[in-house]
Amino acid sequence: MPPAVEVTALSRVFVGKSPVVALDNIDLNVEEGELFGLLGPNGAGKTTLIKILSTLLLPSKGSARVLGYDVAKETSKIRPLINMVSGGEISGYGLLTVRENLWMFSQFYGIPGKVANERIDALLHAFGLEDKADVKVRTISTGQRQRMNIIRGFVTDPRLIFLDEPTLGLDVQTSRAIRDYIRTWVRSQVGRTLLLTTHYMREAEELCDRVAIIDRGTILACDSPEGLKKRMNRASTFVLDTTHFDSSVISTIAGVKGVSAEAMREGLRIKLVVENESAISDIISSVGAGGGKVLGLNKSEPTLEDVFIKLVGRGLE
Amino acid sequence: MAVISHLRTLRQAAWLGWQMESNWTRPWLFIIYSIVRPIAATLILVVMFLVIKQGVANDPLMFTYTYVGAVFFMFVAQVLLGATYVIMEDREHYQTLRQIYIAPISLHVYIIGRSLSKVLLTSLSAIISMAFGLLVLRLPIDLLRVDWPLFALSMLIGLGCILSIGIALAGITFLTAKHSTGINEGIGGVFYLFCGTLFPLTVLPPWGQSIGMAIPITYWLELVRRSLYPAGGIETISGLGEFSNPAILLLLAASALVFLGLSLLIFWFADRMARRAGKVDMTTTY
Repeated sequence: MPPAVEVTALSRVFVGKSPVVALDNIDLNVEEGELFGLLGPNGAGKTTLIKILSTLLLPSKGSARVLGYDVAKETSKIRPLINMVSGGEISGYGLLTVRENLWMFSQFYGIPGKVANERIDALLHAFGLEDKADVKVRTISTGQRQRMNIIRGFVTDPRLIFLDEPTLGLDVQTSRAIRDYIRTWVRSQVGRTLLLTTHYMREAEELCDRVAIIDRGTILACDSPEGLKKRMNRASTFVLDTTHFDSSVISTIAGVKGVSAEAMREGLRIKLVVENESAISDIISSVGAGGGKVLGLNKSEPTLEDVFIKLVGRGLE
Repeated sequence: MAVISHLRTLRQAAWLGWQMESNWTRPWLFIIYSIVRPIAATLILVVMFLVIKQGVANDPLMFTYTYVGAVFFMFVAQVLLGATYVIMEDREHYQTLRQIYIAPISLHVYIIGRSLSKVLLTSLSAIISMAFGLLVLRLPIDLLRVDWPLFALSMLIGLGCILSIGIALAGITFLTAKHSTGINEGIGGVFYLFCGTLFPLTVLPPWGQSIGMAIPITYWLELVRRSLYPAGGIETISGLGEFSNPAILLLLAASALVFLGLSLLIFWFADRMARRAGKVDMTTTY
């Protein structure tokens, strides 16, 4: 059985006045049946990889195979087996109803009429869109359009589905419903594979069997969320609350592997990954030197976010 | 299996195209628009022609030549516009092109399917315009004497050829944004000028006539005219009088085949270029 996704030395450069290296010589394997996450900030190369794997874009160098087929040469074998949905996607034929849109795409994939109707009904129910089934798409809200597009991805029952930031911009409840559905969908039948890109740490941690951390077109690490956390080994993670000050100086202190500062109402919440806990005294001194005041300091259990900070040297946002 | 898949795609795409063409307004307004627009479009050209060449109304054969050319050229303009707009609308307005592109369908069949609504509406326009020409402008066409088999055959090959050119332009639209309409109208303009649409090929310089003779639309318009007016005489106007009907049919079929091959090649190349450049799902706001 070939891997669901097999990427070897893959590069993608967007040529222009100033060429952009979106993917730089990456290797990646996703096994069939996996719920795999690509975690990285905006511009990391996640969407470019998804576009290549879903046959929308050609690689510049290297090879990519999906379900055993070459993405550059065997698109007609790949396309019946896959589907893709991008988060924030509000596409759709506004003059058709939600049901008509979904029906049309099901027909493009050759789904028999009765099966298609049953699936559409079940998915509309699962995503809370039953009452909008016969409403024209141009009249529904952006969030409802997004849900319709997620249904469009699943209605063809693909062997491999690519979800590019599926919960982007959605409310908490809808995001949770989508995550629940994703988990159930992958587990309910052997051989279904889902490749998800996200920049939400918790989403990746909660859903994925394995996660690849990607930044600036390079895969920095790939493992299960637990395996990635174990990579923190000797590193310690702290949460430091301070009043406002210039925190950039912290990253220059010896022993500090990563810093992510988030502005809060009262000041800053700084996540620190340090290799040597003795660096903490220097950090606290730097807060005072920078005109800030320490409000609290807690040691924390490593999270995927800490792994990301350690690998990339900065936070995701 | 492939045939069933293509037929299913064709049906769905044609249905979608029809929804887009007919659902933008209320039915009664759509019907009025469908009747008035083609008559107005044809009359503009005819009146211009009459003004420029006063007295042509006394030459019923020449008037028929012009009128039929103007009416049937609507197929070229509308179908080419429709085919390029399939890509433009799906990419820019509905933002569905990426979903259509990765679906396991033939894009050629999808584009043809979407363009069929244009063929249908233009057929309606052509019928209305011809009826107006017969009843109001007194065109000397006898419906009982029309060579219907020749007309049907020439329409079949001609429309197939126009659709294939539409596929090539749709392919080019993958790579273009604001220039798409220009390309489509420019190509249409070339056909309008060199294919004997309003005036005979003989008024063109020799190099212009050579261009016209290489384009299947020239032969298609000629056959349409000959089949509608089989009494004889109209073939003497175009400059193709030396060719018999079967010879023109053969020229139409041969040149249409060449254009089909070229169109598929252009589409394949443009598709490959767009995929290489990442332009398949670009949103340009044009």
